[in-house]
Amino acid sequence: MKPQHRWFSLSWMSLVYGFLYLPILILVVFSFNSGRSSVWQGFSLQGYEALTRDSKMLNGLWVSLEIALSSASLSVLVGTFIAFVLVRYTRFTGRTLFSGMSNTPLVMPEVVLGLSLLLIIKSIGLNGGYLAIILGHTMLGAAYAAVVIQSRMVEVPKAYEEAALDLGAKPLETFFLVTLPLIAQSLVSAWLLVFTISFDDVVISQFLSAPGIKPLPTVIFENARYGAKPVVNATGALIVFVVSALLISGSIWIQRREKRIQREISAAFREVA
Amino acid sequence: MVKSNKSPTTPHNSWGKWAVIGTPYVWLIIMLLVPFLNLFGVSISEMLSGGGYMPIYRDGGWFFKDNYSPILTDILSGGTYRSAYLSSIYYATLTAIGCLFIGYPFAYFMARARKDLQPTLLMFVMLPFWISMLIRVYAIKILFDDSGFLVTSLSGALTSLGIINEPLHLLGTSFSMMFGMIYVYLPFMILPLYSTLSKMDPRYWEAAADLGATPIKTFFLVTVPLSKSGIIAGLMLVFIPCIGEYVIPQLLGGADTLMIGRVLADQYFQVQDWPAASALAIGIILMVILPMMVLNKYQEATGEVK
Repeated sequence: MKPQHRWFSLSWMSLVYGFLYLPILILVVFSFNSGRSSVWQGFSLQGYEALTRDSKMLNGLWVSLEIALSSASLSVLVGTFIAFVLVRYTRFTGRTLFSGMSNTPLVMPEVVLGLSLLLIIKSIGLNGGYLAIILGHTMLGAAYAAVVIQSRMVEVPKAYEEAALDLGAKPLETFFLVTLPLIAQSLVSAWLLVFTISFDDVVISQFLSAPGIKPLPTVIFENARYGAKPVVNATGALIVFVVSALLISGSIWIQRREKRIQREISAAFREVA
Repeated sequence: MVKSNKSPTTPHNSWGKWAVIGTPYVWLIIMLLVPFLNLFGVSISEMLSGGGYMPIYRDGGWFFKDNYSPILTDILSGGTYRSAYLSSIYYATLTAIGCLFIGYPFAYFMARARKDLQPTLLMFVMLPFWISMLIRVYAIKILFDDSGFLVTSLSGALTSLGIINEPLHLLGTSFSMMFGMIYVYLPFMILPLYSTLSKMDPRYWEAAADLGATPIKTFFLVTVPLSKSGIIAGLMLVFIPCIGEYVIPQLLGGADTLMIGRVLADQYFQVQDWPAASALAIGIILMVILPMMVLNKYQEATGEVK
């Protein structure tokens, strides 16, 4: 590339990255602000102190963690089933409906999903609550999990499974001893993805929550509507800290693991040679 | 190697096969098909005041006309529903186009960056996605606050230039809402674009250059047409969720940015007219069906990066 093009592309990319990260940076900085407003007035931890006393936020945090843990695990279970069927059974009666339904949550606006789930719950005479939110998030999360798992499952060579069967393994054994370890990493990614989606969801939770059961995002959302608040700043910044720490340590772990696998493979080759 | 369509792990005795297929099938029917049919059922039922409805199978009342005709009349005569539906389409379209203009050059430069840098560049596009969207939208609220440094310094600059003569007010306008929507949905545009652009054979560019095309000409006559599937997939991936967007208009928008997601929620929670809310939801479904079909056609461009 010519120098002037290079200059242009570098500045465009920096601007976009700046656009993506500036708001997050501002939030983190202002979570240490001593004033209430968005004018910098000096360092303070008042937002964090307020958070330790804010029972709604803390309660919401626990509710959200419980819901996200359950719905992520359930979603991986259901998503694996969906992905397996979509990858391994290319023809069966009703496959179009099956794949259509499995994709719908990815593209349907959340207000529609939330309302339709709430109405079916009300129609059979029940009310929203913990279980409803978990099922709602699983409905959404399983669709995402299926996409992630599916993209890995199509890469698993069938020869491995064929070998296991030739050696006398039963289909179920083959799945748990051969296929599952091969797709394990995608199950972890899917779990993390659904956890994030569930932990962040406002709309479905808003529709399906019951009085007293308020996940963290709905509490933040209700607070945030009425302008900036130190306690919301602090909560947001904490989420940023935790997520970044997890992402960084996760990527380091994956890199190390890949390096170790590389070393083992080359060691194995040396042995053979 | 012999390629067989049927995998050996899949149970082929019909009992095992239908157990494996049936389990997720039942889940999807209970969690998706039944709620959607019920949604349609409620939308043609009689409204009961204070929330609730009279199910058609119990009373036999068929309220299709009663529930849909007010919405249709409203749409035809220019009432709240019409403006909400229209502004949803309007802002979703603007967001999609805005994301395309910002995201296309970015994805292009990313695809032409050094190969070993590309995974890192891509990771930093995806990273904000893992940090709560709600928190990021809230962060924009701080950024655009009237007394914040951005607005005060912009105000100061524009006043001294004589462009405006009263302090800027950005929060709660269509501008701050559009900013938030583009901010949140930009990665949805960049990913499919990068996915198609990075797979493009560099020899096309070389061939165009050899045949005497300037870089600008090559870009518009070769690169852009070849990345059509990525462009369309990206536009749909941004447009579809924006249509029903609820959180961003609530936090960043104002009175003039009433979108259909908000109207629907108000019909249910405030007015407590369940059938009307359902009929509005059916309207949203009808609005996204066409873009969904287009997206399905161009899906191959999106599936790769994840």
